Amino acid sequence: MLEAMPHRAAIWNFVFGRLTYHSFPFLNPDTEGRILLVTFFVVFIVGLAILGAVTRARKWGYLWREWFTSVDHKKLGIMYMILGTVMLLRGFSDAIMMRAQQAYAFGPHMGYLPPDHYDQIFSAHGSIMIFFVGMTYIVGLMNYVMPLQIGSRDVAFPFLNNLSFWFTFGGAIMFMVSLFLGDFSMAGWLGYPPVSELQQGPGVDYYIWGLQLSGVGTLLTGINFVVTILKMRAPGMTLMKMPVFTWTTLCTSGLIIAIFPVLTATLFLLALDRYVGTHFFTAGFGGNLMMYINLIWVWGHPEVYVLILPLFGVYSEIVPTFSGKPLFAYSSMVYATVAIMILSYLVWLHHFFTMGSGADVNSFFSLTTMMISIPTGVKIFNWLFTMYRGRVRFTVPMLWTMGFLFTFTIGGMTGVMLSVAPADFLLHNSLFLVAHFHNVIIGGVVFGVFAGVNYWFPKAFGFKLDEFWGKATFWFWLVGFWVAFGPLYILGLMGVTRRLSHFDDPSLQIWFVIAAVGAFLIALGILSFIIQIYVSIRRRREYAVGHDPWDGRTLEWSTSSPPPDYNYAFIPIVHARDAWADMKAHGYERPREGFNAIHMPKNTASGVLIGALAFGCAFGLVWYIWWLAVASLVGVIAVAIAHTFNYHRDYHIPEDEVRQSERSGNWQQAQGANA
Amino acid sequence: MSTTAIDAAGTTPPEFYCREEAPPRNGTLLGFWIYLMSDCFIFASLFACNAVLGNQYAGGPTGAEVLDLPGLALNTALLLVSSVVFGFAMLEMARRRKGAMLGWLALAGVLAAAFVGLEIHEFLGMIAEGAGPGRSAFLSSFFTLVATHGLHVTLGVLWLIVLMVQSIRFGLNEDNVRRLRCLSMFWHFLDLVWVGVFSYVYLIGVLR
Amino acid sequence: MSQPNPSGHAAAGNDDAMHEHHGSLRGYLTGFVLAAILTIIPFWLVMDNVIHNRPLLVFIILALAVVQIFVHIVYFLHLDTRSESGWNMMAFIFTAVLVIIVLGASIWVMYNENVNMMPMSPQYQHHPIGGPSAK
Repeated sequence: MLEAMPHRAAIWNFVFGRLTYHSFPFLNPDTEGRILLVTFFVVFIVGLAILGAVTRARKWGYLWREWFTSVDHKKLGIMYMILGTVMLLRGFSDAIMMRAQQAYAFGPHMGYLPPDHYDQIFSAHGSIMIFFVGMTYIVGLMNYVMPLQIGSRDVAFPFLNNLSFWFTFGGAIMFMVSLFLGDFSMAGWLGYPPVSELQQGPGVDYYIWGLQLSGVGTLLTGINFVVTILKMRAPGMTLMKMPVFTWTTLCTSGLIIAIFPVLTATLFLLALDRYVGTHFFTAGFGGNLMMYINLIWVWGHPEVYVLILPLFGVYSEIVPTFSGKPLFAYSSMVYATVAIMILSYLVWLHHFFTMGSGADVNSFFSLTTMMISIPTGVKIFNWLFTMYRGRVRFTVPMLWTMGFLFTFTIGGMTGVMLSVAPADFLLHNSLFLVAHFHNVIIGGVVFGVFAGVNYWFPKAFGFKLDEFWGKATFWFWLVGFWVAFGPLYILGLMGVTRRLSHFDDPSLQIWFVIAAVGAFLIALGILSFIIQIYVSIRRRREYAVGHDPWDGRTLEWSTSSPPPDYNYAFIPIVHARDAWADMKAHGYERPREGFNAIHMPKNTASGVLIGALAFGCAFGLVWYIWWLAVASLVGVIAVAIAHTFNYHRDYHIPEDEVRQSERSGNWQQAQGANA
Repeated sequence: MSTTAIDAAGTTPPEFYCREEAPPRNGTLLGFWIYLMSDCFIFASLFACNAVLGNQYAGGPTGAEVLDLPGLALNTALLLVSSVVFGFAMLEMARRRKGAMLGWLALAGVLAAAFVGLEIHEFLGMIAEGAGPGRSAFLSSFFTLVATHGLHVTLGVLWLIVLMVQSIRFGLNEDNVRRLRCLSMFWHFLDLVWVGVFSYVYLIGVLR
Repeated sequence: MSQPNPSGHAAAGNDDAMHEHHGSLRGYLTGFVLAAILTIIPFWLVMDNVIHNRPLLVFIILALAVVQIFVHIVYFLHLDTRSESGWNMMAFIFTAVLVIIVLGASIWVMYNENVNMMPMSPQYQHHPIGGPSAK
């Protein structure tokens, strides 16, 4: 049910809902308040500096016309990657605060974080890392690369693509606002009841509505990508000639369509319990909180495959390119991906073996969980056999891939340990579990994102990323990961549970100190990544490359770097897998004449507007500002309807302009790639 | 390196690009179908809740006590007739007879609006009897599932009005025809979901 | 291996115009009559209390609902294997399988959870084994 409103004149409650002066936690004179005050100032000053710089350079018009309202999948992809990086910094700040607290808070020392603040931090860390770092990064990569790989001009629904981004962005802003206005959920990254039903204040509501916004965005993206791949492939590209990254994008998008509605429904029911007083997950009146846990994991387990599958695709592009030969057993890779997509829907119960479903149910889900490691193992062997007898070039993307093979395989093995239901009764909710899922998510998703960024950056910007800082990033992350999470495996086997802000047994402290050192190494890794980007931009002339710097094999390397707005002046015709390698083998010459006018979608402001209004609606709901919520919702519908009254959404790039742009594009041949 | 059949034959060098621009392909109908498939999962979650919580009366009224079967029969008939009437509108659209199409569409919209009206009436009656959504888990799941369907129908009616205005103003152009075909899928889909609702939530609901 | 169509996008039967069909009057009326019959039967069975065997009655209602859903899909939504190169059908099968998993497994899991963890509830005291319809 709704909470009581603050005691003050009714008019203020109408205008501001439950928002009061006390909703600003950084004004509190305690430790938490001081930490937040410092954070607030840093964010405020950095934000002001960025806004000031943009204003000074008079770039607002440019940003609005060329980026915010853009329907170009390449620009949206880049915006997703930037959003993901910003959110990575936020999520990692939470992580290092937790590591510092746990390394210090032993015996008489209570640490610097009170328990309620610590609970908010681990909840925020988990949800941000999954929804706004992992999902944002993979959607960014898929957005940028997939249409290029299938030889398409854009995605099937360019406007929807822009709208998806702004929904995701709105959700991310909800999470950021919760830092300075009110508090955040203390119910963990999945918001289990009864905590999520009983917690007072706006924290859980921020969590619910932030995820609802980003969930809508993700669902629309999934539909968009599936239709793009099914309808817009270049002629000749049959399903079994698609690059593996496109295959994994298809499977991930299919999974998104099948799971995100379940998340939406589940969070909606939680919201109804909190706002309307229904009894879905309450303890009384027949409610059943076990149903929440069941439903949220129907979404939650396939979700981790949504995260990892596109990165499997990234590795499947990188390994053949840098081994100089086609992927080993392409078909088995495709079938393994499809098998994972289906199987991932049959394993969710292994997240709550201990809840008491009994031996037969547990055995079933234990078996399906073990089965899913088979197709994953197939993939590992495919990559290894692709490298076998290849001429392997140890570039930065390849280093990440090899780090992944090593790290992820160990993470997979601890996963199989957890899939044994009786063993899980000991390991459930222990630090062993925490170490396991970080092992697969960092070792699989994060390493893959860095590999992909290093691999496709030259395509997106026309210059390579700095090798030295790239290698530094890799080694800091790899070593940092093992130093940070190795101790957690050991602690978990000793029975230490997760999510504790204070420990009594001083003999455990040394492991937490080591883990904190690991987190510090990862911090250096993130710092190296930022330096890498900075140094590369500074030396962009020196690092400039042509359209095919790695001697690539798939279509995206056949167009200039960066690609023109329309991607391809002529739509390619595909005859074989690894279409670009095939074209090069046949001595393909780029056409220089006979250009046509090209049909393109126009930019539109509707996406930004709908995103902003949806954010307004969510914010109003969190703070019980009903007029804002209702007005914004009506606004969303009105803008959506108004948008459909515009029938002129496309234009033609004239032939002359295409010729000009094809002449000035960055086309020089691969240089230094084979060194 | 892989080679192609054409090349191996050694006759023609393979073409690697299209010289002409092809007309753009439209994926809207497929995309909308996939959206409907995703909507199935929202309803599946709500049906699962109803299956699990539907007998948790918490001492409150049971399904047999509060569910009104004659009213349900009327509602079901309204929605089914509305669905087939929408089909007639699509047949007129295919023949490019705009006036007749608009007539059938208006009838379909009125029937659906009557459906929503009756549903709201039923809800208000139940709440007045003390059988509101906060009374028990059974009633929570009942109200949420049925109201989610009703909300879909309401949005469908709103969409129908917008498309009727656009058809009148801009004629049956390619965009409008495509949109009407999407709405037709939506309309029939909601009738399909209603089959699940009346069978499982109501008819089986009064038996548990 | 066939030579890909150089004119491009019409390849692989993607053209909607080729498969544009809005059904026929006969089709809609057939669907309507079938749906009406399949609706009237369960209403009659429940309202007139025809069958006293509850599990059988529940099974019949569910079976009729499934049949009616297929009637709607065939006669109203015109789903077939040709439209959109069969992707509509593929998406439908994918969805149907996963929806059945979500519903079936959720009911199975939650029934077991309730029996094991909520033995106090009156519903779960007298049914040591059995499906959810036995509730």
